[in-house]
Amino acid sequence: MAVETAEAPASRPIENAVIQTRALTKVFAGSIRAVDGLDLSVSEGEIFGLLGPNGAGKTTTVGMLTTRVLPTSGDALVAGMNVVENPNAAKQLIGVVSQSNTLDRSLSVWDNLYFHGRYFGMSAPDARGRASELLERFRLSDRAAAEIDALSGGMAQRVMLARSIVHRPRILFLDEPTAGLDPQSRLALWDVLSELHSAGQTILLTTHYMEEAEQLCHRVAIMDHGKLLALDSPTRLKESVGADTEVRVAADGDLEKLADCLRSFEGATHTAVVDESVRVYLRGSAGVLPRVVDHAEGAGFTVKDLSLSEPTLESVFINLTGRDLRE
Amino acid sequence: MSVSTRLAEIRPARSASIDAFWGMLLRDLTVLRRSMGAFVVRTIAQPLMFVFVFTYVFPKIGQGVGGQGAGATAFSSLLVPGVVAIACVFQGIQAVALPLVQEFGYTREIEDRVMAPLPVWGVAIEKITSGALQGALASVVVFPLATFIPATPVRLDINWLELLTFLPLATAVGAALGLAIGTRAEPRQVPLVFSIIVIPVTFLGATYYPWAQLDPIPWLKWAVLLNPLVYMSEGFRTALTPQFPHMPVAAIYLGMAGFLVFLGWLGIAGFKKRVLS
Repeated sequence: MAVETAEAPASRPIENAVIQTRALTKVFAGSIRAVDGLDLSVSEGEIFGLLGPNGAGKTTTVGMLTTRVLPTSGDALVAGMNVVENPNAAKQLIGVVSQSNTLDRSLSVWDNLYFHGRYFGMSAPDARGRASELLERFRLSDRAAAEIDALSGGMAQRVMLARSIVHRPRILFLDEPTAGLDPQSRLALWDVLSELHSAGQTILLTTHYMEEAEQLCHRVAIMDHGKLLALDSPTRLKESVGADTEVRVAADGDLEKLADCLRSFEGATHTAVVDESVRVYLRGSAGVLPRVVDHAEGAGFTVKDLSLSEPTLESVFINLTGRDLRE
Repeated sequence: MSVSTRLAEIRPARSASIDAFWGMLLRDLTVLRRSMGAFVVRTIAQPLMFVFVFTYVFPKIGQGVGGQGAGATAFSSLLVPGVVAIACVFQGIQAVALPLVQEFGYTREIEDRVMAPLPVWGVAIEKITSGALQGALASVVVFPLATFIPATPVRLDINWLELLTFLPLATAVGAALGLAIGTRAEPRQVPLVFSIIVIPVTFLGATYYPWAQLDPIPWLKWAVLLNPLVYMSEGFRTALTPQFPHMPVAAIYLGMAGFLVFLGWLGIAGFKKRVLS
């Protein structure tokens, strides 16, 4: 079941890190430790993911790195600058897309981009050109004059992304960029992010969708209760599960007992009870499903549902915490 | 798609802040220009009705405030500074407080401006500046109404030095009041704001009577000194209609400056509290 983290994950400082946190901690009123001694280093041009369930401290971490949340202790550095000591310079270098639609409702889509450019000191002609250029790139030109409330969720998210890069930030922070989007809009946004990255943009994103972290991120930091649990590339993280197959078994009866029983299954490395099913981690997948059913039913359980997959980042999270990402 | 290879360079904080401030002011003025119709309607509706009923209808039907002849003339002149002062307070509420309640509330629209390269207090000062400009515009719109609608002649004797110093001060106080309210009120509390702040402030703001004439009700005369509108009305009264009794000019300057500092501080502190955690 719940695996204790043997040691704090390696978070060796990277040379030329563009984002760095050192023992970064935020304690909110009521002594809630939202972020607890976080050490992270993100290098230039990287897409870095913070993965964890709601309440893991991802948004607070981004808040501190983007000057809106004041750290209780520790350091948050952007391009080598402490954001608390030098918020003005830090703000000039970063772009931020927050979780909800914060577009200016009093302005049109085009105006949102134009005035953002003006806030960052662009001349009127520069800001005008940049607004039109970005709307075209993001395939939003036909919406230039639209009111914000008339946009779909996916479009609003694209406008937010376009707005956040008007001033050509070196680092882009995205907080749950695809939360609440339909699958198609999510894919479209992933495409845009991949294109941005291929042009050298450093991106830090938070997500509680493991697919998003797996698809987009070079490295993923898994967080829970304000702490870093693991940090590596998605592939290496998945390898750390120590199995190449995950079988989900839904059955009637005491699932803890079923998990105990399946632990003795041939090839099983470990099991976990999550989300009203038992996860069995195995090496080797050939012909495994019928044998799992036999094993479980032999022990008196009635199997209701069964599925098999490769381990995912969620498996890693379950492995580390005994819970799934949605809990 | 390609991202421009040219990335942001760090500019000195001072010039980045000035540009951001100017950009936001430009944004507010653009929004104002595009909603000019609504601005004029919301600015003139209340004073238009008030001036029309009290200084046109009443004298014509031989009823009401100030009676007829000289009394009516006095009242219509007396009303001019009060109506202009109320316009400043209303702009503070309508141009600063109400938009902020929305921007801080569900939509968090303020976020993009907070992320611009200027200090958070700079964003708050920008709000006061833009509110004050709108207040000044509102005063200019309202002034002719109060001057030309009354059925009896209005007698003005303008002291320009006082007018041109009181106007920016009064509009800034109105905007600072709006900032203080806007950073502290939740959307669901807006109706309450009108009942417990706007209405008492306007009725007890020495707008429809000179403050000096409150002598028969001493407790009220002293209590209303806590109302910033009193100094605004009295300021416009000495600047436009000095024939009426008014507060000493030094006291008016002091009262307005004091309220500007106090409400500005309250508003900026509230603003910081809403955007930083």
